[in-house]
Amino acid sequence: MADAQLSPRNIPDRLETGGARLIKSWEALLIVVATVIFLGNSFASPYFLDPWNLSDATFNFTEKAMIAFAMALVIISGEIDLSVASIIALASTAMGYAVQLGVDTPALVAIGLSVGLACGAINGLLITGLGLPSIVVTIGTMSLFRGLSFIILGDQAFTGYPESFAWFGQGYVWWVFSFEFTLFVLLAIAYGVLLHKTNFGRAVYAIGNNQTAALFSGVRVARVKFTLFLLTGMMAGLASICLTSRLGSTRPSIALGWELEVVTMVVLGGVNILGGSGTIPGVVLAALIMGMVTFGFGLLNVPGIVMSIFIGLLLISVIALPILWRRARRRLAH
Amino acid sequence: MIAKLLKNREMLLVGAIAVLLALIALRFPAFVGPSNLARVYNDTSILIILGLGQMAVILTRCIDLSMAANLALCGMVAAMLNAAFPGLPIPLIILAAMALGGLLGIVNGALVWKLDIPPIVVTLGTLTIYRGLIFLLTDGKWINAHEMSDAFKALPRLDLAGFPVLSWLSLLMIAVMLLVMSRTPLGRAFYAVGGNPHAAIYTGIDVGRTRFFAYCLSGALAGLSGYLWVSRYAVAYVDIAAGFELDIIAACVIGGISIAGGIGSVAGAVLGALFLGVIKNALPVINISPFAQMAISGTVIIIAVAVNARAERRKGRVILKKAEAV
Repeated sequence: MADAQLSPRNIPDRLETGGARLIKSWEALLIVVATVIFLGNSFASPYFLDPWNLSDATFNFTEKAMIAFAMALVIISGEIDLSVASIIALASTAMGYAVQLGVDTPALVAIGLSVGLACGAINGLLITGLGLPSIVVTIGTMSLFRGLSFIILGDQAFTGYPESFAWFGQGYVWWVFSFEFTLFVLLAIAYGVLLHKTNFGRAVYAIGNNQTAALFSGVRVARVKFTLFLLTGMMAGLASICLTSRLGSTRPSIALGWELEVVTMVVLGGVNILGGSGTIPGVVLAALIMGMVTFGFGLLNVPGIVMSIFIGLLLISVIALPILWRRARRRLAH
Repeated sequence: MIAKLLKNREMLLVGAIAVLLALIALRFPAFVGPSNLARVYNDTSILIILGLGQMAVILTRCIDLSMAANLALCGMVAAMLNAAFPGLPIPLIILAAMALGGLLGIVNGALVWKLDIPPIVVTLGTLTIYRGLIFLLTDGKWINAHEMSDAFKALPRLDLAGFPVLSWLSLLMIAVMLLVMSRTPLGRAFYAVGGNPHAAIYTGIDVGRTRFFAYCLSGALAGLSGYLWVSRYAVAYVDIAAGFELDIIAACVIGGISIAGGIGSVAGAVLGALFLGVIKNALPVINISPFAQMAISGTVIIIAVAVNARAERRKGRVILKKAEAV
């Protein structure tokens, strides 16, 4: 990976005031982008502003965002987990297998979550226990986990989930607020508190900024990282429950390519891919932006792959533009 | 002597491939016959060419996730050129594919070099963009065998001194890369930049420019592979080689190329690709479902990276051993 510190770090003479920092923050930029897309969508399609349509739109991002919260913590700590989509596949396959044996909903949920946890534990053990680079380990487990569901399922599919199981992906808590969206909001708050208000969150930042320094300050680096991979695995298990319940079937190719979308969401949310900085509100905004773009384009009958071009361009440009902007300003200042 | 050989990553890999072949040969001696081995090599040729490009990029501490998408886009353009102008000489089409691939590599490289965007973000973005461009170009239509000229499809299969052109091309690329890596300033710069970027700057190497050239190289090789892929399988559509970027990285990792940069060799990349190639070709022979291939390559990657990490750790002084073990 490229190193961030080939150029000297500029330390300002005085700190900016809270207000100025807020306006210049990444989150402010994201809010502007989100507003523009929201307004653009409402003008482009008359159907966009319907509350039920908007509610449908949330399904585009809620499952990915659940994983993105945990992934944000992993990336802030300087690691990455590319196996999340494969964990979804394996957890979904396990639940599908259990259904064939006549297992009922509560046990299915437990199976989904524990498969996620187990996969996360395997990642965590390999990375913290053996000290292997997470990008390679999770590329490996990505093949391994999805490979296992291919071995179990081949070109078949599991269906026949119990009716009560459908609630997780299709049920509504109140009016237009789906279970998934409610879960998304609750998790956003939980992860926001975890990252920004607890010692654990400070430790995550500390590890991402300087792992050795964190170690010498008494942060249990290995334990924190292991916990993060465990959390990510569990979130993938949770997303698997929601997705499987929404689709009502399991194929080994379920959630194919999601790992890249989740990472895109996290990076778009202003999390530094090299670790050390990023916020949960940023990730929430990025999730909303990606969801709205996908949904708005969908209403305009734009095919999915064109949306992915847009997401790709968005990813590169939101990172490139501030760099170009800073450079232009520096040139003007001189 | 033996201890030294054991420490040598490439020899270890040769040993692993030999053991693998021996195990298969126990039950299916025909698999290790010269003609079948040549066939396995030929089948792995494209992965080898791609692995060589990825190796250069990884050596400089970068990564190229867009190679498979680049391959698919160049392959599609090559097929479209052939379908539109059947008279166009094939070497010209290959050059066009390589040029386009190189151009896509330049985009990656320029973003990494000039804007300092982390390579994984850049290529994650261009991966989706390049693949999306194929759709924009074709509206999702396929280009099938009957739309391609016979010469277009025949070239990779053409027999030259007993081996198909595809095999020869990969051998040529291996030779070129061997020369580049060991006999040119650029090749040395790849190692220097990945080994220690700060030191590289002080020796007068432009880190960004070196990475830029690595991406050009991987792009051009992906372009070449694009033509080879499409002509070999005689079909071009949006999703060809989807997910193959991970196979390429897997080949490099198995070949002992350190994801942290600076460590690796042409031989390693080739052997890593061959290891995967042997497994892929052996599975149907020993009657294991092809669905198992994914899980097996995943396991192999994890084992390979664990073995490599141990080999790397031995080098250099370990201070504060206790603290690191926490």
